[in-house]
Amino acid sequence: MIRVRGLSKHYRVHERPPGVSAAFRSLFHRTYKTVAAVDGIDFDIAAGERVGFLGPNGAGKTTTLKVLAGLLHPTAGEARVDGHEPRKREDAFLKKIMLVLGQKQQLLWDLPPSETFELNRAIYEVPRAQYDATMRELGELLELGDLVNKPARTLSLGERMKCELAAALVHRPRVLFLDEPTIGLDVSMQAAVRDFVRRYNERFEATLILTSHYMEDVQRLCPRVIVIDKGKLVYDGALDDLVTQIRPDKRVKLRFARPVDAVELATYGRVVASDPGESVLDVHKDAVNRVVTQALAQLPVTDLTVENPPLEEVMSELFSRGGDRGGSPAAGRPVDDPPGDKAP
Amino acid sequence: MSLRGTVRAFPTLLRVGFADAVAYRAEMLVWVLATTMPLVMLALWVAVAQGAPIGRYGEPQFVAYFLATFVVRQLTGSWSFYEMNFEVRAGTLAMRLLRPIHPLWAYAAESLAAMPMRVLVSIPVAAIALAVVGRDVVTHDPVLWALWLASLVGAWLLTLFVNLAIGCLSLFIESSMKLMDLWLVFFFVLGGYLVPVDLFPPGVRAVVDWLPFRYQIGLPVELMTGLHGPAHALSLLARQWMWIAIALGATSMTWRLGLRRFAAYGG
Repeated sequence: MIRVRGLSKHYRVHERPPGVSAAFRSLFHRTYKTVAAVDGIDFDIAAGERVGFLGPNGAGKTTTLKVLAGLLHPTAGEARVDGHEPRKREDAFLKKIMLVLGQKQQLLWDLPPSETFELNRAIYEVPRAQYDATMRELGELLELGDLVNKPARTLSLGERMKCELAAALVHRPRVLFLDEPTIGLDVSMQAAVRDFVRRYNERFEATLILTSHYMEDVQRLCPRVIVIDKGKLVYDGALDDLVTQIRPDKRVKLRFARPVDAVELATYGRVVASDPGESVLDVHKDAVNRVVTQALAQLPVTDLTVENPPLEEVMSELFSRGGDRGGSPAAGRPVDDPPGDKAP
Repeated sequence: MSLRGTVRAFPTLLRVGFADAVAYRAEMLVWVLATTMPLVMLALWVAVAQGAPIGRYGEPQFVAYFLATFVVRQLTGSWSFYEMNFEVRAGTLAMRLLRPIHPLWAYAAESLAAMPMRVLVSIPVAAIALAVVGRDVVTHDPVLWALWLASLVGAWLLTLFVNLAIGCLSLFIESSMKLMDLWLVFFFVLGGYLVPVDLFPPGVRAVVDWLPFRYQIGLPVELMTGLHGPAHALSLLARQWMWIAIALGATSMTWRLGLRRFAAYGG
């Protein structure tokens, strides 16, 4: 469905030091630098896949989505979405895709969302019967109720995002690019949006690419992740594999009947946190069974849970490695780290 | 979107555009009435003409000319530039680009959609003008009225394309506000907005005849007030439509080239 080869997007940015004299000098002599927002990335995404785009701020995630949605012309390389070259912005292409930007809106600010829906129906040439059926379905899934009849400016952020999603899906796009769709939403609204996106993907077999700084979004929605850092692809593969490779530890949370000394705990694994009645350990995945058995036998454990380390920590560790990210991308492992290097 | 699809979608674009334009009724009315420069010029020129007529303009002719200017300005105004310039800088043009309809059609529809409100304001002004200065100050020739209609449509198209072409330049230089300001200075001075073009010295008038500004407002006002015979009116109309073709070409070129540089800032 999506094929990207050697895709690059470079910006020419005007540089100017602070101060009045620098401002005056810049009138006559300007200096520019070229910023490689996306720098030669390759990947393929199959129809119906849900893929998470991860990376720190400025990594090139949104730029990649904008190129795939036809908003930006690539500097080099090739991008194809369902056989279309996005930069040509053909009608057939635009009718198949939608990009939802969490920080931008397509709803008409002073009018009820129903007017934006109607406008999209006309622009996307959606037959009336299909439009009515889609809006009924979206209304139920998103619990829109009478929100659609209030001016968009009077809606809360969460209500507006629900309506943004509905407006974006009037034409039932087959490829959905979601850029930070849950930004600024409270926890329950984030969960509602995630749930809706998953159901839309399943119901219409739509291909979905998501960027989000909320790792929960990615964990819950995307079996596969593509990680970009400084414009280069550093990982492409299963989320679980990424976690295992970067952090081969499991996180063991223990609750005790009486305080346990941190020094004693350190013999079981790396102590992440230790309070009198509760401690957190990182234990290598191969040693988890043994450590758990020992802890249950030797410590006054009242409760014990084993889970993956938080994705935020995994990503932070991946990005903090820095260094040269050069080399060609390889599926299923960090691009600059040969397999096996991460063994403890 | 195909032309057929665009035509089919256009009524909805106009309807939604109208609803958007009248969302703030009071603001819209104030905005329309704020286009009062012709009324200021009317007072000024009538005072000047009290001593003796200037050229062929006595007091009634000035009243007719500037009330006609007010009406024509209402019917041919376009503010698409300001919308476009903002959207390019804020990156919100992206939302238009995602839709399968050419954004320039959407700007045109929004500009047209504000028209009914402007017509509502213009009708009383036109009625007052006729009541105050009488029917003799406007042409009675049906051919000239037909040409006036063509020039009115032309003035709107020219103003729209100028707005869009200068708006497209913001894709190259991030903000083309000053260019628009500069254009407006020429429009006000040379377009017949502040001074009737036929009061210029012959040399200046010969130059103004070949510039686009007069065809944005002056020509429909002149035809309305019976300043030209049919032959001369046709020749001026041809020049107006030549400028429309040039402005359309400029809009199309700056859009095509500028879009490659669009950075879609933010979000």
